Amino acid sequence: MSLDPSYLEYPNRRLGYDHDMFPYSVMEERKPLAWPDGKTVATWMVVSLEWFPITPSDKPFKAPGHMQTAYPDYRHYTSREYGTRVGFYRLLDAFAKADVKVSVATNAAIAQRYPQVIRDILDAGHEIIAHSTDMNGTIASSLPVEEERKLITESIAILSDIAGVKPRGWHSIARSQSFATMDLLKDAGIEYCCDWVNDELPYVFNNGLVNIPLNHELSDRQIITVQQQSADSYAQQMLDAYDWLHTEAQAHGGRMLPMHLTPYIIGLPYRMDAFEQLLADLKARDGNWFARGCDILDSFRSQM
Amino acid sequence: MNEGEKDPGLYDFAPYRGRTPFSWPGDKKVAVWISPNLEFYEIDPPANPHRKSWAKPHPDVVGQSHRDHANRVSHWRMAEVMSKHGFPGSVSLSIALCQHHPNVVADANERGWEFFSHGIYNTRYSYGMDEAQERAIIEDSIRTVREATGQTIRGWLAPALTHTPRTLDLIAEYGLDYTCDLYHDDQPQRVKTKSGDLISMPYSLEVNDHYGFFVYNMSPREYADTLIRQYERLAAEPSGTVMCIPLHSYLIGQPHRIGPFEDVLRHIAADDRAWITRSGDIADAWRAIHTKEA
Repeated sequence: MSLDPSYLEYPNRRLGYDHDMFPYSVMEERKPLAWPDGKTVATWMVVSLEWFPITPSDKPFKAPGHMQTAYPDYRHYTSREYGTRVGFYRLLDAFAKADVKVSVATNAAIAQRYPQVIRDILDAGHEIIAHSTDMNGTIASSLPVEEERKLITESIAILSDIAGVKPRGWHSIARSQSFATMDLLKDAGIEYCCDWVNDELPYVFNNGLVNIPLNHELSDRQIITVQQQSADSYAQQMLDAYDWLHTEAQAHGGRMLPMHLTPYIIGLPYRMDAFEQLLADLKARDGNWFARGCDILDSFRSQM
Repeated sequence: MNEGEKDPGLYDFAPYRGRTPFSWPGDKKVAVWISPNLEFYEIDPPANPHRKSWAKPHPDVVGQSHRDHANRVSHWRMAEVMSKHGFPGSVSLSIALCQHHPNVVADANERGWEFFSHGIYNTRYSYGMDEAQERAIIEDSIRTVREATGQTIRGWLAPALTHTPRTLDLIAEYGLDYTCDLYHDDQPQRVKTKSGDLISMPYSLEVNDHYGFFVYNMSPREYADTLIRQYERLAAEPSGTVMCIPLHSYLIGQPHRIGPFEDVLRHIAADDRAWITRSGDIADAWRAIHTKEA
C-alpha cells in the first residue's frame, strides 16, 4: 500500500498562505485601531433573520436549523417562524430598551413576505445586511458559479428594492463560501462580508472587500444549541470575553466583541431575561461601544 | 507493533497499584507540561483515500479560518498567559509552519519551548503511506525543525493522530525517544520497538481543549474546573505522575476562554507540588530515575 506520490509534494509550501485571497497578518503587529470617543470594545450584534421553506434543499448543502423530519415538518417550519414573529420582536424591544443598534442579516424572502419587519428594523435605526435568498440559498464550491452569482445579485436586488437602501454587508448561510464568493460579492457592490472567522478585527481581502470577523464560537447557536449550555452560562461567557478584550484594548488598541444571535434560539421566553440582563451589563461596562457593522467598517476605513 | 494480531504488543502490562513512588526534580510530585499544537491547515489539500480533510467542499471557510485564527491572533494571547505564569510549551508542530509562518515558530523558540513533530500539515495524513513515504516525513521533520530552530526533535504526535503499523518502529530508529500517541498510563512507560529506546509520554485526549469544548461541550469555566480537578487528583496520588494540558490556541485563546484558563495556570503555579516543565525534560528525568533502578 502506498499513496500517490503527489500526496508528499507541497507546491504551496512557502512563506505566507497557500492561497492568494488575502495577505497574512498578525493582529498584534498592526497599527492599533482607535474606536470613536475613546471606546475600547465594539460590541457588534448580528441577528440572522431567516425564512426556511418547508421544502428543504440539500444542494449544495442543507442549512443549519433547516427541516429535519419527513415532509411536512411542521415542528421546524413553525419553530423558525416563531423566531421571526415573536422572538425577533422581543429582541427589537430589548435593543430599544438598552439603546443598542445592531446589524440584521436578512434573507430576501423575509423582505418579500414580511415587509413590515423591514420597516420596523429600519425605523429603529438598525442596519440590514444581505443574507442570501432564503434558507435554501446555501453556497459552496459545488454550486455552479453562475447560479451563485444569480443568488447573490437577486438577494441584494430584492432587499434593496423593498428596504429602499442597498445593503453594504453580506453574510453567507453557515458562513459557507466558494472560491468565487468574495469576487462575486465585490462585483455586486458589497463592501464587507462577515464569513471568515480567522481574525478579531476587520481586514481587507486582495480584491478590496473587507471581512469583519463574526466569531462563530461567540454565537447563541454554538453555545446554547450545539454545546447545550444555559442562557446564564452564555451571558457569563460574553461578559468574560468582554472583560478580557477591554483589558487587551487598553494596551493594544480597539477590540471587537461580535455576538451572533438567532431569534428562534435567544428569543425564547425562558432565555430573554438573561439576554436583557446581559445587554444591561454590557451597557454598564467601561469602554463599550454598541456598533453596527457599517459603523465598524466606516471607523476601520477612516484609519486605513 | 504486532501487525494484524489482536494485541498490538506495544508494551507490557503494569498495574498502577504497587508501583514505587519517585520524585521529580526539586522533590516535586507531579510533572505538568503544556502542549500547544502549532498547526497549519491547508485550504485546498489533496485527498487521502482513507480520510477527508474538510467536511465541506473546499474552501471550508469556518473549519479552515477558525484554525487560521491561531496564527493571526490567538497564539500570542495563549503564549503570553503561559509565559506570564512560568509555563513553557512543548510544541506539537505542523512542520510546514516553519515555511508558512516562521514568525510563530520563532516566537515559540524564543520563549524556550521544545518542538516535536505533528506531521508536515494537519491536513496530510499518514494512513496509506508506504515505508519510504513515512521515512520522508520523519526526515523532513528532523531536517526542517533543525534548520528553523536549531533543535533536534525528540518526540512525535502523529499528524491528526493518523498512524501506520510501522510508525513507532521508524521514529525509534531515527532516534526519537518519546511518543505522545499512546494513552494507557499517567506515567511514562517503555514502548516495544524493533530498535531504539522509545517511551510513551502521557499526553491527554480527555483534558485536551478540543475534547473539553467539542466532545464534552464544556463551558470555559467548566473546562478550567476540569483541569484543576485533574491536577489536584494527580498531585494527591503517589508521587511521580504526569499531567499534560494539550491546547490549540484557536480554542483556548478565544476571548471567552482565556480568562478562566489563566486562573488554572495561576492555581498550578502557586502549588508547590508541581514540576512545571517540558516533555523532553520529563523523558530525561524519568530515564535517569528508571535506568538507575534497572
